[in-house]
Amino acid sequence: MQVKEYKPLIVAFCCNWCSYAGADLAGNNRLNYPAEVKIIRVPCSCRVNPMFVLRAFQRGADGVILCGCHPGDCHYTSGNYYTRRRMAMLFSMLDYLGIERERTRVEWVSAAEGAKFAATMNDFAEKVAALGENKRLEDLRCKK
Amino acid sequence: MQKITRDVLVEKAVSLLENGTVANVLGWRKGEFDYDITPAVFTDKADIEANFVWNDFCGANFSKYLVQKTRKLEGKILVFLKPCDTYSFNQLLTEHRFDREKVYAVGVSCEGMVDIDKIKAIAGDGISKIVCGEMIEVSTVYSDEVIKIDAKDVLEGRCESCKSKKHVAYDELLGEEGDVIDSNRFDEVAKLEAMTPDERFAFWQEQLSKCIRCNACRDICPACTCENCVFNNPNSGVENKAAANSFEEKMFHIIRAFHVAGRCTDCGECSRVCPQNIPLHLLNRKFIKDMDSFYGEYQAGAEVGSRAPLVNYTTEDVEPCDVFEGGNE
Amino acid sequence: MFKCSMESLNSVFAKISANAELYIPADNCDGKAVYTKWAEGVELSNQLNTVKSPKDFFFPQVEDMMAFKVEGKNIELIDIRKAQEDFVVFGVRACDVKAFEVLDNVFLVDPVDSYYAERREHGIIISVACGRPSETCFCQTFGIDAANPGGDITVWYADGNAYWQSNTEKGEKLLASLGLESCDSAAVDAEKAKIANIMKKLPLAELKADAFGGGKTMELFNRPEWKALSESCLGCGTCTFVCPTCQCYDVKEFNTGKGVVRFRCWDSCMYSDFTKCAHGNPRLSQVERFRQRFMHKLVYYPENNNGLFGCVGCGRCLAKCPISMNIVKVMKTLGGNA
Repeated sequence: MQVKEYKPLIVAFCCNWCSYAGADLAGNNRLNYPAEVKIIRVPCSCRVNPMFVLRAFQRGADGVILCGCHPGDCHYTSGNYYTRRRMAMLFSMLDYLGIERERTRVEWVSAAEGAKFAATMNDFAEKVAALGENKRLEDLRCKK
Repeated sequence: MQKITRDVLVEKAVSLLENGTVANVLGWRKGEFDYDITPAVFTDKADIEANFVWNDFCGANFSKYLVQKTRKLEGKILVFLKPCDTYSFNQLLTEHRFDREKVYAVGVSCEGMVDIDKIKAIAGDGISKIVCGEMIEVSTVYSDEVIKIDAKDVLEGRCESCKSKKHVAYDELLGEEGDVIDSNRFDEVAKLEAMTPDERFAFWQEQLSKCIRCNACRDICPACTCENCVFNNPNSGVENKAAANSFEEKMFHIIRAFHVAGRCTDCGECSRVCPQNIPLHLLNRKFIKDMDSFYGEYQAGAEVGSRAPLVNYTTEDVEPCDVFEGGNE
Repeated sequence: MFKCSMESLNSVFAKISANAELYIPADNCDGKAVYTKWAEGVELSNQLNTVKSPKDFFFPQVEDMMAFKVEGKNIELIDIRKAQEDFVVFGVRACDVKAFEVLDNVFLVDPVDSYYAERREHGIIISVACGRPSETCFCQTFGIDAANPGGDITVWYADGNAYWQSNTEKGEKLLASLGLESCDSAAVDAEKAKIANIMKKLPLAELKADAFGGGKTMELFNRPEWKALSESCLGCGTCTFVCPTCQCYDVKEFNTGKGVVRFRCWDSCMYSDFTKCAHGNPRLSQVERFRQRFMHKLVYYPENNNGLFGCVGCGRCLAKCPISMNIVKVMKTLGGNA
């Protein structure tokens, strides 16, 4: 019997100025990271509303990662500082509701860190794969 | 149980109405039974004298009504505020949701409100009369005997862990001023945090699956004052009139709690009105507890104009991946 | 008439559930009664009534109706209905039984709602007489007899026994299959008299609906009291969602990313987007929305249904309204009787 290898679907919100460019660099340097990582470009990491994270899970994501400029390097001066607080709150709340901690992550990736981007995605995908499918924040209607 | 009597409030309302300080009185109107009190606007002395109520069932927080009433009503509004209500009052002022000039706030000291469900659990159904006091006297149609219940045993859940007897806003105070209380309100949150993720998931799955999406928690919440809620907006993509499945139940409550995080004063109205007895305050308190531990203690509504943790930052804040190590010990 | 002892109720439940899913009121984690699927270990609740009414069994809060699959220029319609199995609901009170009649008048008239009709056909209702009605009960205002609740089978609890009587063919068939001991009706007659006596003592016993009913629209619609009655209404949907007779729903679509599911869900006339159409909600303020709910129950519905009121006096909205404004206060204010 052949079992299809489980590959988690990852949604990565990447800020336009650093992390998206970092992903570009990873591509230009031919660095491998899983094809199941779907990147959504946002103007700034703080554009990501908690609802975006939840809706990604609803639509079938098994893990959600936010990438933005390093603290202090935000193109808009302070956007990622707000992101940091918001996501700290949100992730803590998801954990409180019993949703696996490893399904969510925030990582700061600069435009020069193509290698970090690829390594982060590989590591995150591996951790999420270990958890298996997202069952606790799933919407069955979207899985049919 | 209340130390301050109804007559003092009535006298105050009538005198302010008669000397022209205010034109409207926002107060509690007598109901059909002795416990079903409705928030109401009084404009007339005779009406106040006949129907104004102040007793252990006056849980309703009037602060949110001021948003609508200050726009609609002519003349100044007298509002009675219990200590916890004054925090909501300040928070709404911070958010510029009503005109302070149009309001005359009278603080009323409060000894805690009682929960009719808890009384019914002891006395049974068929209540014909309730007399408030240190010992609540309950009569039912099933017995001639008057059942006596210690008011302290049937306090509303939120009053059992009252955070403050101090009024943080008023023009005038009736009764004695109290103090901020070092309460045990985070104990329940800590208890949940100490559980395993599977246990927490099971707990919230059971609790939130009771939700009927009546929106009472949102509509009573003094922090929920959006003119059009995202969950009512067909263009938002998340509008839902009924939670179709457990995902939508969780989404609604997580997002609602998140949206009031830093603005929630922990007045407890959400849990009080929930027809399904979902402990919604445990979501809000989790956020408050986290903010206190990550970003320093903050009480929404303690003073007008304060900056809430989620609209603020420092360069040294905890990283989201470290919250599990740093915050929940 | 048949009887069984209260202790043996569980074995009767086991017999019923051998052939059909059985739902009984049982206490949940907060000690509130909710309809729960019976299995060994599920205990019958002692409480008067459930928080949510049993209308869910026939008219669920959310129900998927059909799905669509879009491929290129083709739209495929998929019937996603599951075959309805027989089920039995035990412990329905007189008010809630009457509420099914109110719903039937809406869903079973032409054009028949096939989703509702199918469930109605497969459902058997076992009602229970109310030995201890609450102060919030006012079913008698609408001519409902708490001692004779109707349904397919009626059960009375008296002197440690449960007495069973069938009222319909469906009920008779089920009752015959249970093998209960037959008996006379003396104990039930005494229980009925006891209930009638208690009903007279309830605080709302004197509430009359005479001022309402079909044909009263013009008289009541423009009454100035609506403004004060609705002034603190939050516009939440608690009253409509705990109500056994509220029948309004909305049909909506959900985009699953791979297709579309069309579903319906309860709607509430208290909501700002109720019956919203291109120009907005025809009822602009909470006064009008509030008025709609009570006019519908007390005037419009009886006008269209031979005088049958759209309220059954179960008292759930009295217990659950966050601001304690309810149909009794409306009736007393507008009806002029105390």
